[in-house]
Amino acid sequence: MGIAVSMTVNGKAAGADIDPRTLLVHFLRDQLRLTGTHVGCDTGQCGACTVHVNGRAVKACNILTVQAQGAEVVTIEGISRDGELHPMQSAFRDHHGLQCGFCTPGMVMNAIELVQNHPDPSEDTVRAGLEGNFCRCTGYHNIVKAVLAGAAAMKR
Amino acid sequence: MRAFDYHRPATLKEALSLLRKNQDARPLAGGQSLIPALKLRLAGPPALVDLGAIEELRGIRIDSGTLAIGALTRHSEVASSRDVAMSIPALARLADGIGDRQVRNLGTLGGALANNDPAADYPAAVLGLGATITTNKRAIAADKFFTGLYETALRPGEIITSVAFPLPKRAAYVKFRNPASRFAIVGVFVSEGAGTVRVAVTGAANCAFRARAMEKKLASGFTPEAIARIKVPPDGLNSDLHASAEYRAHLITVIAQRAVAAALAGK
Repeated sequence: MGIAVSMTVNGKAAGADIDPRTLLVHFLRDQLRLTGTHVGCDTGQCGACTVHVNGRAVKACNILTVQAQGAEVVTIEGISRDGELHPMQSAFRDHHGLQCGFCTPGMVMNAIELVQNHPDPSEDTVRAGLEGNFCRCTGYHNIVKAVLAGAAAMKR
Repeated sequence: MRAFDYHRPATLKEALSLLRKNQDARPLAGGQSLIPALKLRLAGPPALVDLGAIEELRGIRIDSGTLAIGALTRHSEVASSRDVAMSIPALARLADGIGDRQVRNLGTLGGALANNDPAADYPAAVLGLGATITTNKRAIAADKFFTGLYETALRPGEIITSVAFPLPKRAAYVKFRNPASRFAIVGVFVSEGAGTVRVAVTGAANCAFRARAMEKKLASGFTPEAIARIKVPPDGLNSDLHASAEYRAHLITVIAQRAVAAALAGK
């Protein structure tokens, strides 16, 4: 049974007739070809698939596309402006907050929403806030530095 | 996932009618437990009734000495609510410790209670505060709600609409968590209210339960020392790769004392 879904993705209308089993991450990657959102564990643990749905960071492998009916969805492809990286993206680059980069889109999307809710986060807040995002390369220290710097840059 | 029909009603009335017509349908709240279960084919209902669009099931309000939280209220909303922080700060902190940020942004109070995971946090609060669970049919006391492993008093076609928490004088929740899953290996919620003390334990058995021997001691002296010698027997407690029943039994006494200390410190 196909279901008609429509939503806004990165500011543009998107819609399709889909099987209700389709996870949001597959809709974004396979139908819309927005492959910046990664599938890491596919079990709701690693956070590589983190996107914003109505302004909240969620794991796109743990939500059905139909649950995002009518929602405003933002992915890693939707955060730069006029060819300029988002301040949080720049902070990850400047602070060497990535090695292989697989977890980075999810890290950045979660970090942005974390900072929107905690504009002046402590290191503890950042570390606790990133619990749902796994990185197997960096050991997290530079990611935490990047998020703190990104938070400062987002205020400017 | 196995195939299912999907319904997204806009009102509670419509949802109930869909559940009446589809006896084997499962209500879907935030989906943070149900969707993984569907993916693993641990669950395969023929239909899902998504409650996500039903606005009347959301919201937080304080009236006549109770804090009422709508069933579809997300963990992140409870964690950041001023009303919750002012009335039952222990509940806000508990909600802020469920899963991770992304899970808290979708997971709901009603969904967590209906699922009744043996290591979930909310059942400890509901039992530890003596809350009342309201459904479309009736009001269920916390003591009657959790009936076993993933089992509750809910009947087919019955949906939790809200939960009313009486305001305690003091309360605290302390969780000894599995660092990977962040579920409780043992979590203890203690509260001292008008002439009552409640101690609820999660993570240790097939579902949350009250440690009545501790309650009795604490009623005559609300201090950590009062329960230092009370041991919950390991018989019937969970044993798994994370902790043996004996270890969990030991943890209950340790964590319960920390919870009493935290309640006294107002933390």
